[in-house]
Amino acid sequence: MANAERRFSFKGVARSVKRSLIPRSFLSGVGVVLRYLIIAGICYVILFPLIGKFSTSLMTRFDVWDQTVSFIPKYPTLNNYKLAWEFMKYPTAFLNSLKLALLVSVTQLAACTIVAYGFARFEFRGKGFWFALVILSLVIPPELISTPLYLNFRFFTAWGIIPEPGLNLLGTIWPFLLTSMTATGVKNGLFIYILRQMFAGLPKELEEAAYVDGAGPLRTFWQVMVPSAVPGMVVVFLFAFVWQWNDYYLVTMYMRNQTVLPVMLENLAAAVLGDQWQQAPEEASLLNSAGGVMIIAPVLVLYAFMQRHFVESVERTGIVG
Amino acid sequence: MQTKRGLRLTLKQREGVLGYLFISPFIIGFILFILAPVVQSIVFSTNKIEITSTGFDLIYIGAENYKYVLLENADFLPTLLSTTGKMLNNVFWIIVFSFFAAVLLNQRFKGRLLARTIFFLPVIVSAGVVLKLDQTDYLTGVAYDTVSSASNIPGSSFLSGQILIAFLLQLQIPRKFLELIAAAVDMIPEIINAAGVQILVFLAGLQSIDPSLYEASEVEGATSWENFWMITFPLLTPLIITNIVYTIVDFFISPSNEVITMIRETTFFGRGFGTSSAMMWIYFASIAVVLAIVMGLWSRIPLYRE
Repeated sequence: MANAERRFSFKGVARSVKRSLIPRSFLSGVGVVLRYLIIAGICYVILFPLIGKFSTSLMTRFDVWDQTVSFIPKYPTLNNYKLAWEFMKYPTAFLNSLKLALLVSVTQLAACTIVAYGFARFEFRGKGFWFALVILSLVIPPELISTPLYLNFRFFTAWGIIPEPGLNLLGTIWPFLLTSMTATGVKNGLFIYILRQMFAGLPKELEEAAYVDGAGPLRTFWQVMVPSAVPGMVVVFLFAFVWQWNDYYLVTMYMRNQTVLPVMLENLAAAVLGDQWQQAPEEASLLNSAGGVMIIAPVLVLYAFMQRHFVESVERTGIVG
Repeated sequence: MQTKRGLRLTLKQREGVLGYLFISPFIIGFILFILAPVVQSIVFSTNKIEITSTGFDLIYIGAENYKYVLLENADFLPTLLSTTGKMLNNVFWIIVFSFFAAVLLNQRFKGRLLARTIFFLPVIVSAGVVLKLDQTDYLTGVAYDTVSSASNIPGSSFLSGQILIAFLLQLQIPRKFLELIAAAVDMIPEIINAAGVQILVFLAGLQSIDPSLYEASEVEGATSWENFWMITFPLLTPLIITNIVYTIVDFFISPSNEVITMIRETTFFGRGFGTSSAMMWIYFASIAVVLAIVMGLWSRIPLYRE
């Protein structure tokens, strides 16, 4: 209707006359070129470190010191990758990291889904208070609590159940598992928030129909609500997985001496070059680049295939509220 | 349903019990893995901690750690101040950039999906491993300045401000002014890489604007410039504060943050847990003050609010 009105309106005619004085195709052409230039520039800035890392990983030390080499090495080599593959025990470390990331992300997803459903669909006293604490848990920097947590997991007494000096949980998956099961892992507050929005957006009739058919709350949750919330759950799972995979801080703290990728990368230079590795910083840098690429590459592949889920469903699940 | 009668709860009470059952994992986790460590870190900050073979010993020293951090440590307060300043600066530019980028990405053009994928990439990879590599890397890190004359390995900074200065000095532009420009250019990658989530939030906001508003104003003869300032901008202002808070918090807990780096070094290589806990609390308090001021100021600005 709007279109039909406009076609006959006086103003519309006047405007189209005004437009025809400046060749519109020229103006919009400039706009398009400008837009592509800006976008290309921004993409360049974002991709630059990754491309740089990749090209460094293919260099030899001669390329590092060669003024004429910027991105494309003169003596390309896969030697850095060979060394990194061998000394990081890549296949084992990869599998261990994969297992850890999968376990953590699935556990976090399950815990956050349950908690989020509680916040989205039940009315109870203190709900606002507890949800405020969910948001607060996002603001607390990991560094503030990681030291006490580290000591707790080092001398784990389960708050008095296990006799002194307690168990040493460092080097096991338990520190990750315990925080994941209780929805207090890294950025879990955000996951609870996303999933709560997801559940809140589902029609009430879904549950009512299930209750009328005689399903209890647990069955309703499991058989009706969870399947309907899958889009939001995919987003949460992907983020939980990628962030756990990329995590450096907690993994190197809790899993020291284990064969997982971040720990192996940290020790890579020392492992290959021996104790004196700081004497050859450019060699260390080449090795680290290769090792880094080997850690990031799986995430990039995953992102390339799933980017629709990352980007579009974050929009749809309504982080904005 | 007959068997449930034995409980004798009203429907409302039952709902409450169920609600608490569902959120109970978080309650347990919050008490054990967030509240307890927070309380513990307050305790630590007033103690000297000594690790022994069977655990750790606390020696109460009162406000000694705070005194040391605030009065004796020459680095902490200046770092805290400069980091806070840098944060305010970054927040401003990140908000401007992400707003602009969201408007750009909301238009229809070829390759839009690819552009969006790349813009969001930093959220996926920039934290963690990549960051760690950049921080410790010899060629891109500390030694970059001294090495760059001899080697030209592509580092993390995409365009060295120094090169730009050298070029512009030849054009006889005042040096003071140039240094400002160079600093701004050096900031670009940091801003762009920290803006992923903010762009998404603005994009989601843009897409939630009712298209009939634009149709109506177009019928009235508004230009797209007027549309932007009269419709788009006012409707997105509520999201600006969301993004400001997100950006501050994100910067605050980012591992690349100088204060955080300093605290971590104190924990593992310096005076230990006690002192670093005191540092953390001072840091935490100062950020809380910044957040309160920002939100207080924001509530005073007359804006369209939902």
